[in-house]
Parts: sequence; C-alpha cells; structure tokens
Amino acid sequence: MTETQNRKPLRHRLTTRLWHWINALCLLVLIMSGLTIFNAHPRLYWGEYGANDDYAWAAVGSSQTIGYVRVGETKIDTTGFIGNWRDSEGKVQTWAFPGWATIPSYYSLAEGRRWHFFFAWIFSFGLAFFMIRSLFNRHVQKDLHITRAEWRPSHIWRDVKNHMRLRFHTPGAVNIYNSLQKISYVVVIFILLPLMIFTGLAMSPAMDANWPLLTDIFGGRQSARSLHFIGMFVLLLFFMVHMMTLLLAGPLKQTWAMIAGGKREGDGDA
Amino acid sequence: MRKLLTRRSLITSAALGAGGLLSGCDALSRSPGFQNILASAEDANFLVQRALGDRMELASEYTVADLSPKFRANGTRDPGTSDYAASAAQGFADWQLRFTGLFAKPQSFSLSALQSMPQRTQITRHDCVEGWSAIGQWTGVPLKLLLDLAQLQDKAKFLVFHCADRLGGRPYYESIDLLDAFHPQTILAHRLNGEAVPIENGAPLRLRVERQLGYKHAKYVTGIEAVASLDNIGLGNGGYWEDVANYEWYAGI
Repeated sequence: MTETQNRKPLRHRLTTRLWHWINALCLLVLIMSGLTIFNAHPRLYWGEYGANDDYAWAAVGSSQTIGYVRVGETKIDTTGFIGNWRDSEGKVQTWAFPGWATIPSYYSLAEGRRWHFFFAWIFSFGLAFFMIRSLFNRHVQKDLHITRAEWRPSHIWRDVKNHMRLRFHTPGAVNIYNSLQKISYVVVIFILLPLMIFTGLAMSPAMDANWPLLTDIFGGRQSARSLHFIGMFVLLLFFMVHMMTLLLAGPLKQTWAMIAGGKREGDGDA
Repeated sequence: MRKLLTRRSLITSAALGAGGLLSGCDALSRSPGFQNILASAEDANFLVQRALGDRMELASEYTVADLSPKFRANGTRDPGTSDYAASAAQGFADWQLRFTGLFAKPQSFSLSALQSMPQRTQITRHDCVEGWSAIGQWTGVPLKLLLDLAQLQDKAKFLVFHCADRLGGRPYYESIDLLDAFHPQTILAHRLNGEAVPIENGAPLRLRVERQLGYKHAKYVTGIEAVASLDNIGLGNGGYWEDVANYEWYAGI
C-alpha cells in the first residue's frame, strides 16, 4: 500500500523503486562476477556437451601479443580489451575479460562463483517479490499492460517516430509508459530475467537430476550456457539504452523520481 | 550547456564510482568474513537442491550417439610417480583399493576383484566447474556394493577418496557424504567408452558422483576412508580444490 486514495499517485511505487535499485546492484554484480566465471572457459557451444576439442560457435583467443573474439568464422581483433589487456600494474594479462569488468578484478573462479550465487538468490527473490506485488498492486495491469490500441502497427510506428525525435511522452497522456517502453519492460521483466534464472539453473548438475526437463528445454547444458551469456548481452544492451534515454529525458529528475517516487501527472519530460 | 556539464560529471562520477566499487569488491572478496557471508548462498544451494526431488534422483543418462568425440582431461594428466608408472606398466594388476577408517570390516580390493563384481554402465555428462561439459560412457562397481561388504560404522558421516596424484606438492583428495555414496550412479569406474580408463582420465579407478561438478570425481583412487568429520583431513575443507582455492565442498551447481 504505497499510496492512499486521497493522495496524489506517485510516478513510481515503493515496490518498483525498491526493486529497481536492488536489481541495479544485482545486475551489476551478476554481470561482473559472471564474466569472471566465463573467463575460466571463454568458449561457447550449442548442444549438451562442449569442451576444447569441440567446435565453439564463439570463443575468445588470447596470447601474449594479441587478443581476439571469434564468432562463427569471423575474427574481431580485441587486443587491449578482450583476451590481451594490461592490468593496473601495466602487466599483460591473457584472461578473456579485463579486470575492470570482473568481480573480483583478479582471476578467482571460486570467489566469482560465490559473488554470483549470493546475488543470484537476492535477484531471484527480488524478481519473484516484484512480480507478485506488481500483479496485486495492479502495476502490471495499469502501467505495463499493452492495450489492443497500442499493439496497432500505426500506434507503435508513431511511438517509434516520437522516440527518434526524443519525444518520449504524449503531452497529457495519463499513462507513464509509451508502447515501446511497455514492450521492453514486459520483455525484460517477464521473459529475459526469468530466462537468466532458468538457464543458470539448467547448468547445475544437481538440478539436472532434480529437473531434467529444464536442461532439455534449452537444448542441453552448453546451449543453456550460451543462452545465459546471450541473455546477459541483451540485458547489457537494455541497460545502455536505458541509460541513454535517461540522459536524454533529464537524468537528475528521472533518477530522483526513481528514488523518491516523483509525480505521476503533468510532469512533462524533456 | 548546463545539461552537458551534468552529463559529463555524471559519466565521470560513474567511472570513479565503478573504480571505487571494483577495489571495494576486491577488498571485500579478500576478507574472510565477507567470504563467509557470500558462501552462505552455497549453503542455500545445498539445502534447496537436496530438498528438491527424492534425494536419489538420477542424473540424465544418454545414448552412444550423444558421446563427446573426445572426453577432455583436466587437472592431473599423469601422476608421474615411479610407483604409478610401474603399476601402469603391468596394467595396474597390483592396484589395490583400500577401505580404511570407520568400517566394521576394513579391507582391500584388487582391480581384478572389482572387475569381477556386478557392474553398472552409464552414459553421463561430466560438468566442469570451469563451464565445459563432456559426455562419456563409464563402467564400474557401484560404491554401495563395496560399502555393503566393508560395512560402515554408525559414526561414519563422510567418505574420503585418497588418490595417487599430487598437485602443487599436495596429495589430491575428495570427499562426499553418505547420500551421494549410496546413490545408484556413484560408481568406481575402470572403463571409459568401452576401454580401460586412460591415464589422463584417472586410470585405473575414477570416482563418478554424477550430480556434482568434475572436481569431485577423484581420479587414480587408491583408498576410501570413512570418517565422522572432515576437519582432520588435508586442511579440513573436504577436498584438494576446497583447501587450496576455496571451491565449495558441495558442487551441485
């Protein structure tokens, strides 16, 4: 119960704000500790098995002189960034992802895993709590539900054009999100984030015994690992677009709204 | 202009924040107290994974068509001692598996004695903590049969697997609890893909404990010790990697 009937509704409910910031922390730690874990074996496969002698659809190559990323048959030189980079002491390191992108910044698979699993629990409970709470306080139905009118291609196209002109809100619109925002939030919250949890669990040998179907759904353990990585990448893209629109829409005001709640009506955006 | 400055200062402070965060994370990561907090999530993994299913649930088994073309070897590729080389030269005919510790009937089994007992063959997926997987067909004696012969005492809570190989000067060892010890897929394997287990994969005997990660699957097993506690074995964490690199004793995820 974050608002009462006679108070002016807030732009963001307490549950949304609380979850947003817990989630931001979890996302950061999970991505960075995940990169530590990835560094232990920087190769991705499709199917159930996959090791050094098997074909990897994506792999990081490293040596003392160069670093590169290979996707399919395409090699991209990433010397200085991935596969070959200098640590804070200027020494060349050949781990896949550089120290500034990993937790911990030095290579420790065991410590990376501890960070990852600890924050995975917080993230999973947070997501479950937010989903249930948002259904009960009608955040999903009122703010995220995409109406039939909004699904019309003409409507979506109008929102795309407005987005390109950096006009994020129809003046006077009661709803806080436009159709593009709704679609991306729904995809992230209800598809991508659960996908990260389940592809993660699908890599566990104990879960494979408990729920064999889980690994099968994703086409095998190595496919689950690849999807886990791709999902991380899509989340990273979402985060970057999220930051860009934040900067364009007025970073201080928008960030403050996500902390204090903000106002729901008549708050024309930049 | 005001906005531009705001953005720039935001980006700068974000970069500084990230730097501070990173060194902060490293400091936390190196602190034993914080490590214990993080490791509590692993206890949760253990409790939840054990609570799911009927505790004797089998790991997925595959068909010959699913086998990895090459079963990757990791860790020790060859124990390299003169004793091991001499034993390998005669096909491990003198290899003994010794049951010691809290058994009512401590005893030894030769390799040929193990091979003449009832066998189990399973095609399973080996998942390394590093992230790779290999599917192989393993044949060996169910550990349960051997435990029935050696008879655990009531005090016994864990089995410690002693190995012929050393890593960084320390003997490799691993341990499991009795739930995994009596699991039908827990076998002492002497065949991989229809042939004697190659030296790089742990000849002549390798533990298979299919619901856990690869480092639990001790290679070159020479002895099984039943203990009430893991405190006095190695550095007390239940295994080589657990002792030297903080890997979790329970490796179900």
